[in-house]
Amino acid sequence: MTARAADPLLRLTGVTKDYGTRVVTHVLRGIDLAVAPGEFLALTGASGSGKSTLLNLIGLLDRPTGGRIEFQGADVSTLDETATTALRGRSIGFVFQFHYLLPAFSAAENVMLPSIAVRGRRDREMVERAVALLADVGLAARASFRATDLSGGEQQRVALARALMTRPPLVLADEPTGNLDSQSGAQVFQLLRTFNARHGTAFIVVTHDDRLADQCDRIVHLVDGRVHHTIRPT
Amino acid sequence: MPFELLVALRYLREGRAQTWLIITGIAVGVGVIIYLSALITGLQNSLIERTLGTQAHVVVRPPEDMPRLLPAGDGTVRDALVERPAQRVRSIVQWQRVATDVAALPGVVGVAPTIAGPAMAVRGDGASAVVVRGIDPSSYGAIVRLDAFLTAGRLDLDGFHAVVGAELARYLGVGVGDRIRLRVGTDVGAVYTITGILDVGNKDLNQRWVFVSLRAAQSMFGLEGGVSTIEVRGSRIYDAEPLAQTIAARTGLVADSWMRTNEQLLIGLRSQSASSQMIQSFVILAVALGIASVLAVAVVQKSREIGILRATGTTRGQVMRIFLVQGAILGLVGSVGGILLGSALARVFAGIARNPDGSPTFPIALTLVLYVRSTAIALMVGITAALLPARRAARMRPADVIRYG
Repeated sequence: MTARAADPLLRLTGVTKDYGTRVVTHVLRGIDLAVAPGEFLALTGASGSGKSTLLNLIGLLDRPTGGRIEFQGADVSTLDETATTALRGRSIGFVFQFHYLLPAFSAAENVMLPSIAVRGRRDREMVERAVALLADVGLAARASFRATDLSGGEQQRVALARALMTRPPLVLADEPTGNLDSQSGAQVFQLLRTFNARHGTAFIVVTHDDRLADQCDRIVHLVDGRVHHTIRPT
Repeated sequence: MPFELLVALRYLREGRAQTWLIITGIAVGVGVIIYLSALITGLQNSLIERTLGTQAHVVVRPPEDMPRLLPAGDGTVRDALVERPAQRVRSIVQWQRVATDVAALPGVVGVAPTIAGPAMAVRGDGASAVVVRGIDPSSYGAIVRLDAFLTAGRLDLDGFHAVVGAELARYLGVGVGDRIRLRVGTDVGAVYTITGILDVGNKDLNQRWVFVSLRAAQSMFGLEGGVSTIEVRGSRIYDAEPLAQTIAARTGLVADSWMRTNEQLLIGLRSQSASSQMIQSFVILAVALGIASVLAVAVVQKSREIGILRATGTTRGQVMRIFLVQGAILGLVGSVGGILLGSALARVFAGIARNPDGSPTFPIALTLVLYVRSTAIALMVGITAALLPARRAARMRPADVIRYG
């Protein structure tokens, strides 16, 4: 699955998502969106506008009712379960509002988990990368700490390191600063931008925070399951 | 360490109290299985040993004498009142060939030609009806270890020597070195010197059994060169009946297995085994439900973590295996605890109740096979019980569980 330089990393064409059978709720009503490699995009909108649903479809955690999703030039909306899991593990990182770190594992192990799952067992290279990522998010000294022994901001930074472990070209962040105080939130957001600039990783960030959205390359605003407007902050 | 094992071990370690509780539950279950099996198998072995310690697995003998109607000569049969003839000690025709053929059968480990017939043991005015058994001690040793039952003297059947049961010796007031007369029918019989006294653990047999040499018995019953029975020992006691059927089919003789002659004992043993198996089945069911409920709760508790694992590239198969491995680990560790617990219980119990001779009243049979079987059962139960929660975990939709838990 290779893409030409001019191709977008991600392209959504007429994507719809309905829930229910007897009473049908149209959550997404024809989304057209293209995300370039290395782009930093904010997804905004009121609660219930379809932001999280859209993120789940892009992250291959759910299937669209209609339309087409292309990732790196290939149609991924019809892939089977095994293929989507493999693609997700390899090419898409996730950061959620809550860190969802596994409490039974240390910070470094949490970072490594996606790679261990994909390769079947851990190796030295993984450990080195996990420690390096933790150093990048300022937590080298906390590598062996249990997830439960870290502060909220630290846990979210570990979650960010975990999302980057497999060097994915795309990271999806669903309100990554929503549970943090303003200082920790700003710190995490700054890390997202740093990784974006340093590694060329594309980010799609769902946020309600206009100040953070204004720091993105582009803002896509959803209203009632449709792209209401797109702006490029100056 | 494989990914599934790593996560399974961490999950079990994380819920330490829960893990140890269920392991204790499994250990108690496996312990009950070990204890019950050891006790019942030990009792059954003891019963069988006592029964088969004094008899052959299969006894081959000639068919009973039956009346035959003679044809009238013109193809018709005379209508006559036919009476069943009295039975007598008869020889097996060509017994050497039969013995050789039987010895060559698969599963046969010992064959002994013998003679058994009724007689009177007389000493002075005292007399007792006995069963005289003519044996060749060297071949009969493969069937019954008579020397193990000797309470006095030795197993010496040369010439006119005899070994008698302890009750008979007491009844006639004789001991080693004394003489008794053995009479068959109205014959005056011969005098035998007692060289040994047996206690086979059965009062009736101790009252009736008199062992003499095969040659002496042949003369006594008028079977020069013949034998009335061929006694057979097989390698597996519960294969005695099929072995007897094979022998009967091949030789045309009557072959009785210990299973047929001790039918009531066999029914008793089977009932005992069935009761034990039923108890064990309920214990296994309880253990399985315990494991399943603990893992089902764990799946619910960890649904968000499962969602994250799935979102970050963990396959459904891997999620399923994480919980199956947990079931297997619980079963394995629980079975080790159960083996220790059950063995200790069985040993303590066997040590408490003892017979006057010091042997345990309840003999126990703790064998490697029992340990391996119990471990295999616990492992299988662990994995099977984990199947349902594992499937549930694997089917979770990551988007739903991450959002709603």
